[in-house]
Amino acid sequence: MPPLLEVQNLQTHFGTLDGVVRAVEGVSFHIDAGETVAVVGESGCGKSVTAMSIMRLIQTPPGKIAGKILFQGRDLLELTEPEMQAIRGKDISMVFQEPMTSLNPVLTVGRQIGETVMLHEGLSAKDAEQRAIEMLTLVGIPAPARRVREYPHQLSGGMRQRVMIAMALACSPQLLVADEPTTALDVTIQAQILELMRDLKTRVGAAIMLITHDLGVVAEMAQRVVVMYAGRKVEEGSVEDIFLHPLHPYTRGLMGAMPKLGSSLTTTGRTKLTEIEGQVPSLRKPIIGCAFAGRCPEVTDVCRRMAPAIEEKAPAHWVACHYAARAMAAA
Amino acid sequence: MSTTTLPTDGFTPAPELADVLPPRKERSRLGMFIHRHPTIAVGGFMVIMFILMAIFAPLLGTVDPTALAPAKRTRAPSEIYWFGTDMLGRDVYSRVIYGSRISLIIGFAVAFLSAVIGLFIGLISGFIRSVDAVVMRIMDGIMSIPSILLAIAMMALTRASVENVIIAITIADVPRVSRLVRGVVLTLREQPYVEAAIASGTRMPTIILKHILPNTFAPVLVLATFLCASAMIAEATLSFIGAGTPPIVPSWGNIMAEGRALWQVKPYIVFFPALFLSITVLSVNLLGDGMRDALDPRMAKRI
Amino acid sequence: MSTTTQPLLEVKGLKKHFPIHGGILGGRTGYVYAVDGISFSINRGETLSLVGESGCGKSTVGKAVLRLYPITAGEVRLDGNRIDNLSQSDLRPLRQRMQVVFQDPFSSLNPRQKLRDIIAEPIINFGLASGSELDDRVGDLLDRVRLPRDAMYRYPHEFSGGQRQRIAIARALAPGSDLIICDEAVSALDVSVKAQIVNLLSDLQDELGLTLLFISHDLAIVEHLTHRVAVMYLGKIVELADRTTLFGTPHHPYTRALLSAVPVPDPTVKRQRIILHGDVPSPINPPSGCRFHTRCPFVFDRCKVEEPVLRDVGLGRMSACHLDVVPDTVPNQPVVAEAAA
Repeated sequence: MPPLLEVQNLQTHFGTLDGVVRAVEGVSFHIDAGETVAVVGESGCGKSVTAMSIMRLIQTPPGKIAGKILFQGRDLLELTEPEMQAIRGKDISMVFQEPMTSLNPVLTVGRQIGETVMLHEGLSAKDAEQRAIEMLTLVGIPAPARRVREYPHQLSGGMRQRVMIAMALACSPQLLVADEPTTALDVTIQAQILELMRDLKTRVGAAIMLITHDLGVVAEMAQRVVVMYAGRKVEEGSVEDIFLHPLHPYTRGLMGAMPKLGSSLTTTGRTKLTEIEGQVPSLRKPIIGCAFAGRCPEVTDVCRRMAPAIEEKAPAHWVACHYAARAMAAA
Repeated sequence: MSTTTLPTDGFTPAPELADVLPPRKERSRLGMFIHRHPTIAVGGFMVIMFILMAIFAPLLGTVDPTALAPAKRTRAPSEIYWFGTDMLGRDVYSRVIYGSRISLIIGFAVAFLSAVIGLFIGLISGFIRSVDAVVMRIMDGIMSIPSILLAIAMMALTRASVENVIIAITIADVPRVSRLVRGVVLTLREQPYVEAAIASGTRMPTIILKHILPNTFAPVLVLATFLCASAMIAEATLSFIGAGTPPIVPSWGNIMAEGRALWQVKPYIVFFPALFLSITVLSVNLLGDGMRDALDPRMAKRI
Repeated sequence: MSTTTQPLLEVKGLKKHFPIHGGILGGRTGYVYAVDGISFSINRGETLSLVGESGCGKSTVGKAVLRLYPITAGEVRLDGNRIDNLSQSDLRPLRQRMQVVFQDPFSSLNPRQKLRDIIAEPIINFGLASGSELDDRVGDLLDRVRLPRDAMYRYPHEFSGGQRQRIAIARALAPGSDLIICDEAVSALDVSVKAQIVNLLSDLQDELGLTLLFISHDLAIVEHLTHRVAVMYLGKIVELADRTTLFGTPHHPYTRALLSAVPVPDPTVKRQRIILHGDVPSPINPPSGCRFHTRCPFVFDRCKVEEPVLRDVGLGRMSACHLDVVPDTVPNQPVVAEAAA
């Protein structure tokens, strides 16, 4: 069975006055039906642009997308805008980081959820409101019949994110693209939303593409992980592979730099975090050699000269490093 | 996907990717500026041309703009009298060229004075709450009167002169600048770098001078540009209804006022000064628009 | 820590209420009880962290201690001397000893100043150096925060977020301060850069004997660099303990919920999570009794009427909870399923 979503050699570039920004440069991955794939990386690594490219929400120009985005076998990049609109919100829907700015402040919550189902499923206004109440119940909003008539500003941040999820799930999509869905939330509210997403996943069965910078969220939510750096995929594997046997020096660096709760219980005194020296390279110039070469502790001349190909070094574990074999031997 | 065939010493290179977008065109610094800020470039160029025109008016084939020649009244535009002559036989071309001096002087003077005074009032209101309440109510009061009426009333109290026109229009404009500056100051006061300066023991005058004032210049400059344009129109309006510069001065408003009686038969007397006024105001506004877009868009919304 | 030395910073019963204006006449319609009576002290060379979720008042505490706004009630002592009742001009000389690093490295530096002027400002304010000596000091400070010396002739926009935060730290160190208040100083940074700044702060503390008040919502970061932790909820401290005690054997139900809510970057770990229901109540109208009672899984009648005081509950913990022993497990809470199951 072909995967639900297959991204092949995606390139998303932006023409700016200062030159071409290569935000995504040759990224390929797939998502199977019903699975959760996390795309992780730091700001500017291209993870959000990848998501926006899949949704075809990139402004062109100044942006331009190349490659293939196959969704159920159809290349989304070849669809017309009306065809894409029929898919957006129905087969693929999206949850954004900031629920306040992605909800319309002058429409009631019910109208906003209802509009999607009226558009895609042709329900009447009355049925649409009924569906909105059902969806609010599904995402655990108390007193849904009352809340459905409220405006976004009357809800707390956590509630708004629940509404966003309700909206995204209203038409039972095959794929949910969640771009940093809990980053703007407090940790106890984040726990609620992650719990909700896990619960809904088993009930609704949608595949989730989870964009995040938080490795803790990845470990709790994802089955597979794609690690991005400077617009490139540097590693991909199962969540166990990535966390327990990371092969790319950047992935290992991220793991070391991530502060872990309970660190004071296993060591005495204050522990130092592993640093990744230096800064992310500029995406305005073509990068020669490995994109991570400038910060890599194990860099050699080969890395500076030649960009490594992404190869399957272990079953279903892909990595773009010339020295991945050495890392495997050490592990 | 093609793979390069260079020697790889056993390492696998990533496949080369084609460029999706054409590379940026190489441009000179001036070319880059024009590409980035076309409105500033066009507006700025035209404003500079008008300034040069005003400065070098005597060198532009003009005659004395006040020289009377009753024998050559109301001539149509021709090779000798490019814009024709008025009912006193004065050369309209020369009057229009010299008239740009009055318009530009009034525009720039009003912009400069209202910026400086408004900046001062706005800074004080933004910092001293007790002053703020009183001053801002006065400013609201002034702003509630249409500025042209305010200027007419003030002109009625004084004798007609270029200075008095400048003062009258400035008084009407100061509240706009001070409101803007006050708003900017209130925003800047909450900026972490201002809080950090307070926390590092910087005295209030230094904070105003180093951290607040420099960050108000940009929005004030933009607003001043718009005020410059509106002051030129206000001057022409005042002169047109006889409440502006003395009739002896060849300002665009005066030329139009004089041509008013004849405009159905000799429209060129009104047409040329009106055209010049429009183009000047347009270019100053273009410059202002461009500068507003080039600046912080958040600040731009206030104007 | 000997008993003869007094704490560098002592806060007693600090309150900050912000008036709310409303209505046609703009009259006062109520207060935001942002900080509502908290007390703590920090010893010289120590890091105390204030943790809690947004709106708990932790940043307000920092700004109140810095006297960036007038405080409603309470005492703040720096080295034993009260500073809460000083006028701004009497306070000014004391500002040399306490400095601040803010969260957003983009808005905390004046975009129109060169680095040299940014870092030199506090040095000039206190007349500590001038001329070439001033340049030397700025250069030394850049060395300390591991930025190149020639950076002093450049503007903030030429630097990345992490580098700007180093600039802000250099400015905070400039007057030779003892106490640095870090208000979410690393929260806006990426993981790899965050690690650099956290390590830098630890190193600087060791080298210079700095005292840090570290305000953060990120418990994992706090655990890496703090000595003691105070957990805040709706303007009150609910638990105060040293690091290993708080992270190893927390007492207050809120502390436990907060710790259990942090996602663990290890897919093999399964644990029971206390999921708090509902949202944080509004600080305009805080709940009666214990402010946490609306969300507490162990709530009983007394909690709704009587406010618990911060008291010693054993193992070196100060906790504001009526329970002497808080149960380890919450009934009817699911174990977090392994994601890759």
